[in-house]
Amino acid sequence: MADTLDVSYDTRIPNNVGLGQDRKVLKALEKWHPGYIDWWNKLIPQNFQDSMVYLRTAVSVDPKGWAKFDYVKMPDYRWGVLLAPKVEDRLIPCGEHMGKPAWQEVPGEYRNMLKRLIVIQGDTEPGSVEQQRFLGLTAPSLYDLRNLFQVNVEEGRHLWAMVYLLQKYFGKDGREEADDLLRRSSGSEEAPRMLGAFNEETPDWLSFFMFTYFTDRDGKMQLESLAQSGFDPLSRTCRFMITEEAHHMFVGETGVGRVVQATLDAMNKAGITDPNNIGNVRDLGVIDLPTIQKKLNLHYTLSLDLFGQEVSTNAANAFNAGIKGRYMEHRIDDDHQLGDSVYNVSNIVDGKIVTQEVPALTAVNMRLRDDYVRDAAGGVGRWNKAIKKAGIDFELVVPHEAFHRQIGVFAAIKADPQGNIITEEEWQGSVDDWLPTKDDGAFVQSLMKPCYEPGKYASWIAAPKMGIDNQPGDFEYVQLHMA
Amino acid sequence: MSQMIDFRVDPASYRHWKVEYSGPVAILSMDVDENGGLFEGYELKLNSYDLGVDIELNDVVQRMRFEHPEVKVVVMRSGKDNVFCAGANIRMLGGAAHSHKVNFCKFTNETRNAFEAAEKDSGQQYIAAVKGACAGGGYELALACNHIMLTDDSTSAVGLPEVPLLAVLPGTGGLTRITDKRKMRRDLADIFCSIEEGVKGQRAKDWRLVDEVIPNSKFAETVEARAQEFAASSTKADVKTGIIFNPLERAVTEDAVSWSSVKVDIDRAGRKATFTLKGPDETAPVDMDAFQAQGDQAHLLRLCRDLEDAILHMRLNEMEVGLWVFRTEGDPTILAAHEALVAANSDHWLANEVRQYWKRTLKRLDVTSRSLVAFVEHGSCFVGVLAEILFSVDRTYMMDGEFEDDERPLATITLTEANFGPYPMGNDLTRLQTRFLGEPELVDTARAQIGEALDAETADKMGLVTIILDDIDWDDEVRIFMEERASFSPDAMTGLEANLRFAGPETMETRIFGRLTAWQNWIFNRPNAVGKDGALQRYGTGVRGDFDLERV
Repeated sequence: MADTLDVSYDTRIPNNVGLGQDRKVLKALEKWHPGYIDWWNKLIPQNFQDSMVYLRTAVSVDPKGWAKFDYVKMPDYRWGVLLAPKVEDRLIPCGEHMGKPAWQEVPGEYRNMLKRLIVIQGDTEPGSVEQQRFLGLTAPSLYDLRNLFQVNVEEGRHLWAMVYLLQKYFGKDGREEADDLLRRSSGSEEAPRMLGAFNEETPDWLSFFMFTYFTDRDGKMQLESLAQSGFDPLSRTCRFMITEEAHHMFVGETGVGRVVQATLDAMNKAGITDPNNIGNVRDLGVIDLPTIQKKLNLHYTLSLDLFGQEVSTNAANAFNAGIKGRYMEHRIDDDHQLGDSVYNVSNIVDGKIVTQEVPALTAVNMRLRDDYVRDAAGGVGRWNKAIKKAGIDFELVVPHEAFHRQIGVFAAIKADPQGNIITEEEWQGSVDDWLPTKDDGAFVQSLMKPCYEPGKYASWIAAPKMGIDNQPGDFEYVQLHMA
Repeated sequence: MSQMIDFRVDPASYRHWKVEYSGPVAILSMDVDENGGLFEGYELKLNSYDLGVDIELNDVVQRMRFEHPEVKVVVMRSGKDNVFCAGANIRMLGGAAHSHKVNFCKFTNETRNAFEAAEKDSGQQYIAAVKGACAGGGYELALACNHIMLTDDSTSAVGLPEVPLLAVLPGTGGLTRITDKRKMRRDLADIFCSIEEGVKGQRAKDWRLVDEVIPNSKFAETVEARAQEFAASSTKADVKTGIIFNPLERAVTEDAVSWSSVKVDIDRAGRKATFTLKGPDETAPVDMDAFQAQGDQAHLLRLCRDLEDAILHMRLNEMEVGLWVFRTEGDPTILAAHEALVAANSDHWLANEVRQYWKRTLKRLDVTSRSLVAFVEHGSCFVGVLAEILFSVDRTYMMDGEFEDDERPLATITLTEANFGPYPMGNDLTRLQTRFLGEPELVDTARAQIGEALDAETADKMGLVTIILDDIDWDDEVRIFMEERASFSPDAMTGLEANLRFAGPETMETRIFGRLTAWQNWIFNRPNAVGKDGALQRYGTGVRGDFDLERV
């Protein structure tokens, strides 16, 4: 198999895995390709499909310069199969096989477990594109429109990456699973996506930014732990995907930041200092800070749910098998096998939240979630810095892990954002202060009017500090096809 | 696990199942309460079940027949999203004593058999509407239904992952039903049973694992339509109202448990229990209307309920009581009249249900892993259905002639039609046919004596009893028998009896209780499953089972 940094374009499918020499897999992928194109074409509104979008396309997996920017019609985007460079003599980093050479082929005993992990990861990638399919119609700027499409095509490419693994390493079953990834569809009654969070429509741009900040960050954590896999092709695939994922979180963090900034600017201009003066703030055509907090509460908690049960047999099995590691496994100072070590997890005992030690092996999900919580705090701090700088007395806060949960031990109780257990009545009495209401949704929706003029931005979002690919402020990121 | 297990449940207190009745169709939803486990130490996640969940199911199935004879189709579905049923709870199995596992499996097997047979026996057809993961014991629940419908949402699958996941077998009929009932090809079954994730969509249909695969958007309406369709084409007679099963009264003391018509005296030191079944004092109801008016107090029904509860109670709560002695008390002619009413009206729904109930209860006795003996004493009433007990147990001792200071009527046995057809064993033969496998003419000889009160000598000659003993020998002989029995290895006794009881042809049922259960119980004793490094013990820790690789 050819292993190069450069991407080969001699096949219909750009790749750096020597597809040209791998007739079998190439044939399988080419068979899958029309179904994928069909999926894409039916997904995004037609006028955007015909528009020229200023996108980056991976041309190399060299971390120093892997992307090239140019105008392209999305259906012509060169989705490809790209793996991070092979690390010579890589060893399995954790679990009972630790220290043995990483697998280059699927170990038979872990075939199903690996396949399931890849299918679940693969299922989220097109899921988010489906959730965001109509956002283009209300884009606040061409810059944001372009970012949306960049995220979309790259999620599409991530699907390709997973499909490649399925087709290359999992035979007939893998091909069937690859087909099913196109059969399932977000929110579909016929065949919904596997995880609940990917079946909710993304109704507005603030949701999109929150999603890319919080939910794509879950994706990042999952990719980080799969990048530790002892199954080397999976590790390499995920390592490259993380490179792309960084942009998605950038879109999220700066997106929310710009929404906050627009609100702060408008408040200062109008001389409003009370952030809870919601009516007057909304009259300025910006989103009030308490509503932003509610959106944050919603997306953060949905994302926590994606980590699954705190104590999980599947996660323990995967870690011990060496097919999924922990976040930054190589930097963790322990035996990487978790034979006897313990980890603290939250549990509900007699109606109280308590911390209990459980075997660390079974708490791998919980640990990843804890890492996520730390990782997600950074951007929130930066948003608060801007609020403070603008002299407004308000702080965005990530809610307690017990708040608004559907999965895990906290699903059984109701808690306020501070983590105090409350009754169902108390919950009903306050939920409108904590989570977006219909009215909040309607208000945000009322702001969602497209702004397609180069260099212009909708009232509720500030201009970015810097253009993509260092382009000037009035750069036409999307040449709209208005048929 | 020393707490007493009670099999008596009340629908008002179900924690795990919900039944909605709507004319001829009942919707049975499994919605297991995670925190409703029978014992400490595990949570019933993902609709997994323990004995407590199955006790409720058994109660549902039972009441469906007696309390809701209007029901022709039962739709079994999940009350939870994304999961139909994940099967028996693994942590419960991992933590349970071997004897509990075995008893648990036996009871769940009996429940599966009961609703599987409901179509043939009672005209109540069970449909499994499978949406979400349906694995292991979950799929075995579906397998015991008469019709399996699977949604095609590209996620929902049926599977038997026991071997790859836990190093045990799909032991609640799974391995047997896929080949014997669904007639799946054995090589495909080999694949099916060695993959964790199961089979979904069209392939599940192609492999005969389900009867229908339905587009997800049409699933609910198709299930509803199918239920209505089956109900419309059902040949079950319309019955408006059933009878009520009132709470079963019983009294538990240190060494006895008493129901209204059954008493069990427990001799723990002697490791034996004596079951005394009481015949009716009152005359038989004049007709089935009168019988139905008596409801659950009609003697034949009451006796069957009491006996069933006694069997279940003694199986689970008195593990070291290895010998069960059966005796009866009552007037044979009165009992015969009660039985004759039911026999003469076997096309009446309630008469039929009573007979089917006795059939199931006698089968419970057949598969009970205790030494069983019947004493046909003076004053007893081994008539018809109660005489079946004589042919179910391992040995029968009968009093011969008058006993000193014993005023009771002399011991007799009375055969009726009941002994020649309505109560087949699991092997589909009657107990007499099984008994006389080598001398089938003796079945005819016995049939010729229907209605006769057979004394000890005649019964002995006809081969109906094991040993007849007179006044001089009785006390000593039965004492010696009981002491000898108590001295044998319980394991050897279980194995011996289970082998000798089921002569003759194999059926799916005997294969489940014999072959599958025996293999499963062997595996349940092997270190590869239950050793401290075995797969079942390690399940949930993330560490795989450490196997002894020798093939035995």
